[in-house]
Formats: sequence, structure tokens, C-alpha cells
Amino acid sequence: MQSKTVGALLSFALMGLGQLYNRQWGKGLVFLIAALAGIYLTVFQLFDHLHGLITLGEQPSGFVKVGKMMKMVEGDHSIFMLIKGLIALVVLLFFLCFYVLNIRDAYLVGRLRDNGKPPATFRKSLAALGDKHFAYLVLLPPFIVITFLTILPLIFSILLAFTNFADPILPPANLVDWVGFDNFSKMLNMKVWSNTFGGILQWTLLWAVIATATTYIGGILIAVLIHQPRIRFKKFWRTALIVPFAIPNMISLLVMRNMFNNQFGPINGYLQYFGLKGLPWLTDPFWAKVTVILVNMWIGIPIVMILAFGVLTTIPRDLYEAAEVDGAGSRQKFRLITLPMVLFSTSPILIMNFAGNINNFNVIYLLTNGEPVNLNYQFAGHTDLLVTWLYKLALNQSQFSFASVIGIFIFLIVASISIWSYTRTRSYREEDMIQ
Amino acid sequence: MRSSHGNTKLVLSYAILLALTFLSLFPALWIILSSLKTGNSLYSDTFIPREFTLGHYLDLFNKTKYPIWFFNTLKVAVLSTIFGTFLLLISSYAISRFRFTGRRTTLKVMLVLQMFPGFMAMIAIFVLLNAMGLLNSHWALILVYSSGSIIANVFVAKGFFDTIPRSLEDAARIDGASHFKVFSTVIVPLSTPMLTYASLMIFNGAFIDFIFADLILRTEEQRTLAVGLYKMVSQRNSTEFTMFAAGAVLVAVPVTLLFLLLQRYLVDGLTAGANKG
Repeated sequence: MQSKTVGALLSFALMGLGQLYNRQWGKGLVFLIAALAGIYLTVFQLFDHLHGLITLGEQPSGFVKVGKMMKMVEGDHSIFMLIKGLIALVVLLFFLCFYVLNIRDAYLVGRLRDNGKPPATFRKSLAALGDKHFAYLVLLPPFIVITFLTILPLIFSILLAFTNFADPILPPANLVDWVGFDNFSKMLNMKVWSNTFGGILQWTLLWAVIATATTYIGGILIAVLIHQPRIRFKKFWRTALIVPFAIPNMISLLVMRNMFNNQFGPINGYLQYFGLKGLPWLTDPFWAKVTVILVNMWIGIPIVMILAFGVLTTIPRDLYEAAEVDGAGSRQKFRLITLPMVLFSTSPILIMNFAGNINNFNVIYLLTNGEPVNLNYQFAGHTDLLVTWLYKLALNQSQFSFASVIGIFIFLIVASISIWSYTRTRSYREEDMIQ
Repeated sequence: MRSSHGNTKLVLSYAILLALTFLSLFPALWIILSSLKTGNSLYSDTFIPREFTLGHYLDLFNKTKYPIWFFNTLKVAVLSTIFGTFLLLISSYAISRFRFTGRRTTLKVMLVLQMFPGFMAMIAIFVLLNAMGLLNSHWALILVYSSGSIIANVFVAKGFFDTIPRSLEDAARIDGASHFKVFSTVIVPLSTPMLTYASLMIFNGAFIDFIFADLILRTEEQRTLAVGLYKMVSQRNSTEFTMFAAGAVLVAVPVTLLFLLLQRYLVDGLTAGANKG
């Protein structure tokens, strides 16, 4: 039999054996130790955790009779079991990948030996790690961090949508169970939920459209205004108008909440000074919506303005000169050169902003907190977006499973928009053009 | 005739610009003046207060844990920026430069991860940290912010590296430099504009986050500025408004100045981010 087959078979039987057979002592030893650790963990840990992941606990908390006394016995904690099961699953996946690579390695080195070449020494293998496999080596730390702090939690949240983990079923007092698509069908069919969901979804989309359109149009108009050749102190105007973007929006939103205060805020104060009646900026359902859109313009316009400004400065001068030769007036130049150029180059912002506005948590949460309360809604108010409702459901009402359902819906909306636009951008298609 | 029409337009343009400038600066001006006024109520009958005082700033330092919060925030923000920028730098460089198996998949996964609302993972992280006993620790925040910053900025950074010509690295490599050497002596110096943008974004994110930090940090001693300020305004809003104003000014000033000073890099970074699609 050839060395490559023997090596691969040995490595398949036990990780590291093939490497030892190939006379790669250092590497083989390291792999062997990893294999033993893996087997130990599988036997003593893995099955318990996977069992827990599937059952989510069987032993409820409660009183058990011990002799003549009733004793409180702590049952299984479904949520911890879910998380531990997930971690076990991820670690198992890593281990399996490693195992497959180990077989491949034994095979490749065996083939090298069949061809009469000596196997690489341990030191050489390590050196190759820094050279040939540099990308993997460098990507390992970010990969681990992202797996455990982003991907794992996300999978956990997605899985929650398929459980009944919602008040009043809360561990450790109760056991959580898998319920399949129950929560989704409740969200769409059960009156209390579907009413709220429909209403909030409508407002979320309306909000995203208006918020995106107002900031986009406003930003471009202001950029064009400043860019007029006869306007002086361009840098001053630009800096002055960038200020809302530079102030952390958490601060400016809290400040705005006070400015729009119905009773004591300065805005109603000035309106009254001019003999007008103050408006119920934050307490009336309609005006609260107007307020969040106005404030969002204040925050969002500068970003579009900066971007549009960048485009304006790149429009070549000779385009305008050629137009002048042809006898075009300033209005024609604007309509036929400036506007198309700006709209064309800034259109990706539109899509990005739209997706961003669907998830615009801060503006709503800090300004109105979703209020005024809507009595027909389940734990939500008139200005709540899906994302603020998700937050309230999870953190104030402990309706974790329903919050996850909302999260999945938001993901579906944003994902379909992004995929649609992503496949259309140049950077995706022409990725390897610049070398 | 034509020039008078042009002049009206110019005057009108200046008038609009003045009005916009007023609108854009008004909230900042108002909160600064409010922080300097005597008393503690939100209501004021004049725009410019009758009497000025620095008392609220002093109160902030004497009556609340403001200095501790400030130190906590600085620690969390600076460390997150360092780790986050480092992780972002190496991962986006590797993705931009090496054609390894699974590269496309990595890019797609990153893109998908961006589309989930950030809060979805929050509860899980909370339970996870709780299980690991990392709750109420600044390191938990630093870890989460750093890992989040990779996903948030990887496309901007990758796009930037894509524009650096490979011939520069090849030249160094012919001279016998290792991958690591090429990276640290050729790539890092060239990417200062992108690094400035990314680190500013990460710093800002860590500096003003009040949601996740509030969830993780359980005691007053561990709080960050944003959480402290948010608690202050949501709990005793109307009664101590001027103190909130002073706190808001102190939090906003460093970040605002940084943004205005680094405007140029921000514009480049934002433009790159917008074109990534």
C-alpha cells in the first residue's frame, strides 16, 4: 500500500497517527494530544449538552419529598442548556473540521513521501503557517471573536423564536420548550399580535421612506446651494452645517427631547412669544411623528450633504464650459449636468439609508420612546418602529420569543433590500479589477 | 436685468444659508447656555440667561460620580478602539489581499451578519456573559465593541485596501520581506486615512453607547458616561435639567471636536462606505 493511503487511514482512525507514520513527530504529537482531549470532551461533555439542546431540560424546579420534609430542588435551566448546547455544537464543528484537515494533511505528506521527498520538519511546518497560510493565521483571532460574540448569539436569538420563552414561562421556575413556528403564526394571525405588528410595520416602512427622502433631497439641495460659484466662505458654511453630524446623536436627541417639551421647552416658548399656540410636539400621535421626522432631518441631512459635496467637486469643469459654448444657461447647466451626476453617484446612499432607517433605534427611542402609547397595541406606542418594539418586548416585557420573531422579520426586510442593491453595485462585479 | 436677477438669487442663497446655519447650531447653543444658567428648571423666559454660573459643572464633579464615569468611558473607548482597529486591520487586509478557500463565503457571511438588528444578539450575549461571570466588567464591553467593529467596518476597510496597488507590496517582497514585514512597513503606513476613520467610528460608538453598556454594567461605580447621563435624564429629567445640560456639554465637546478636526478623513471614509453598496 502506498504511504498516502496508509497515512490517511491511520489519521482517520486516530488523529495524529498518520503524521507519526509519516515521521512528523512534532506535528503528530500535537495532533494526538488534541485528539485525546477531543475524545475526552466528547465522552464526558458533548452528549449531555446536545441532549440538553434537544430537550431543553426535563427536570422542572419544584418541591420534592425527602423523608418527612419538603425540599426545594432546582430544576434544569433551559436557557443555559440551550447556550451550552450551542457552544458544544460549535466546538464539535471546529473539531470535525480540524479532523478532516488532519486526514488531508496525512494524505498529502504521504504522497510527498511516495514521490521520494522527505516530509517537512516541525519547524518548517510552523514556518509555512506564517507564509503559505498567512491569511488563515491572521484571520483566526477575528474569526474566533466573531463566532462567539456575534454568530453564536445570533443563532441563539434565532432559535429563541422557535421556543415558548416568553413571560410567564421564564426559567429557572419553568421549563422552556420547542414550539416550531407557533410564534410566527401567532404574530400573523392572533388578533392582539397581528394588529400591533401590522400597524408598526406600516409605520416603519412609511417612516423609512419619508426619513430617507427628506434627508436625501435636503442634503443634495444644500450641497448644491453651497457649491454655487458665487457663494463665498464655502468652508465656513460647510463646517457650520456639519455640526449636527459631529455632535454625538445620543446627546443631541436627549437635548431635542427637552427642546420639544410641550410645557417648558423653548420651541413652544418662542411660538407663544409670537402669539401662536404651542404644538403638542411629543404627546399627540400625529405631531410626534412629525417631530421625529423633523429631528431626523436635522441629524441626517449633513451626512448626505457631505457625500453630495464630494460628488460635486469631482464633476469636471470642461463639462460646464462645453455647455456654455453651446449656449446653456445656469438653470440648464444645473438640470442637465449637475443634477444627473449627483443623483447617479449618490444613489447607493439611498438604499443604505433606507435600510439604516428601518433600524433607526436611537431617534425613536431617545426622542419619544415610542410614545404616545397606543391602547390598541401590544406593549407599543404610536411612534414605535419594529426595532424599538423588539427592544421593549425583550427587555421590558420579557417576551423573548416574540422579540426574536420580530428580529427575523427585520432581517428579512433589510436582507431583501440589501441583496437587491448589492448585486447591482460595481464593487461586487468588478472586484478584482484594480491590482 | 440679468445681473439684478442674479443678485437677488445670491442674496436669497445667503439668507437661506444663514437660516440653516442658525437651525444647525441652535440646539448646541441652547444647551450650552442652559448649562450656564442659574436654577435647575428647563423653562427659561430668555434665550440668554440673566445670570451665569459654573455651578452645575462643579456639582457634576462633586455630587455625582462623573469623574469615575469619565475615566471608565475613556478606558473602555480607548481599549475598544485599539483592539477593534487591530482586528479590523488584519482581517480586512487578509480578505482584500489573499485568495484563500472560503473567502467569498466569509464576505457573504459578514454581509448577512450586518443585516441583523444589533439588539437581537444582545440578550444572548447578556446570558452568555452572565454564565461566564463577566457581567459588570468593562472587559465584556471592550470585547463586544471590538468584535462588532470588525463587522461594521470591514467593507470600508477592504475597499480601501483594494485600491492600494499590489506592485508596492511585490516590490518589498522581492527584497525578501515576509508577509508580516510587508504588512507592518508598507500597508499600515499607507492606510492611516482609513485607520483614522475606522478608529474614530469605533471610539465614538463605544463612547456614546448607552444601551448595551446599561445592560452589562450593574453598579454605579462601573458605569460609563453615556449610561450615567441617560439615567440622569430619564430619572430626574425635569428637576435637574441644568445639571443634565452641563453633563451633555462635557460629553459632547470632545467627540464633536474630534469629528470637526478629522473632517477630511470622515468624508473619505463615508464616501467609501456609501459606495460599498
